[in-house]
Amino acid sequence: MQEMAGLDEGAPLFVQIAERLADEIADGGLVEGEQVPSTNELAAYYRINPATAAKGINMLTDDGLLEKRRGIGMFVAAGARDRLLAERRRRFAERYVEPLVAEASRLGIGADELAAMIRESSYVRGGAL
Amino acid sequence: MTPAISVAGLSRRYRGQLALDDVSFDLEPGSITGLLGRNGAGKTTLMRVVAGHEFASAGTVTVLGARPVENEQVLRQMVFVREDQTYPDFRVRQVVQAASWFYPNWSHQLAGALLDEFNLPLDRKVRKLSRGMRSAVGNVIGLAARAEVTLFDEPYAGLDPVSRQLFYDRLLADYAEHPRTVLLSTHLIDEAAGLFERVLVIDRGRIVLNTAADNLRGAATSVTGPAIAVAEFTAGRPVWVRRRIASQESAVVAGAMDETDRARAAALHLHLEPLTLQQLVVHVAGTPVGSLEERTSA
Repeated sequence: MQEMAGLDEGAPLFVQIAERLADEIADGGLVEGEQVPSTNELAAYYRINPATAAKGINMLTDDGLLEKRRGIGMFVAAGARDRLLAERRRRFAERYVEPLVAEASRLGIGADELAAMIRESSYVRGGAL
Repeated sequence: MTPAISVAGLSRRYRGQLALDDVSFDLEPGSITGLLGRNGAGKTTLMRVVAGHEFASAGTVTVLGARPVENEQVLRQMVFVREDQTYPDFRVRQVVQAASWFYPNWSHQLAGALLDEFNLPLDRKVRKLSRGMRSAVGNVIGLAARAEVTLFDEPYAGLDPVSRQLFYDRLLADYAEHPRTVLLSTHLIDEAAGLFERVLVIDRGRIVLNTAADNLRGAATSVTGPAIAVAEFTAGRPVWVRRRIASQESAVVAGAMDETDRARAAALHLHLEPLTLQQLVVHVAGTPVGSLEERTSA
């Protein structure tokens, strides 16, 4: 497998490109008003077809997360980070909390015990929460 | 828009052997397409007919809107780099020079940079070069020609992985700046997978798959784990192939997996792994044509 900077086989490449950029915006690696890499830069970095990279950028533009400044390039839109974080909180509940609760109930772990385990885990990791 | 390459009802027969059987497809200008298939499937014959090196037994081929055979205007806009390319008894420098005279969009700058990066000895005779170096000469010409239609047939026989990576990187970079229509055949499918916008799979002279490369990502998934759990998970899904050892089973299932599927697989202690493009082509090549549409659209 050619090294494609961590892209995998599971989803269309343009979707993965869009997700990577969205993650960077949510994590603050790309701040609002900042210029995002060009299609050709993304294509060279990920070693993918430029049209595929362009499709990923277009996905974020259609969602209003990026905006085009004619003749200059693509920029992170105002409010993009807040919108992404709200979406992530929703997905967090779905992806992590629900399966966690389901497995806990299968193992007979009650809500208080589960909360204690989470606090313990946070403590071990130096008070991450 | 006029397709860069248009093939309709193309057949090519060699003494009763049908090398190409009713092949039809269009390639839009400005795209990179992978031509994939087994040895002897018809990849080289197809490229040769498109390049005007060979006549069609039936059907038509147009390149940039015109027939390519003995059509200088088309041939100057098309470069064909073959796996078994032979050159007259010339030095590398002379071969590259001759190519620069033929192709109107030739980039001396790119050719110079590539000759340097591939470490090609300019004053050595091409026939004295190693197989890999001969392939590199072909790659330099194929890229520096900047031809509107660029055909690469297994362009890196004998090339080491470092040089192949160099080829992919330079192809992408130059293609980004100077878009053109690229048709590239390869057996190293996973290596080249990221380059392709479209994929053509040919098997026994027939096109068995013609689709956007992104349609194939996640098109099938291998499900591995306890046989009972695999059976439960795959019930009601199209299964391409099953393999079993003792109580463990591995099944290839068509269709994309969503969050619910993944959660269910995790609960059943199953391992999900999307098929790579190469694995998909192995499944697709060599199966009856009729079943393919359902397979990829499933």
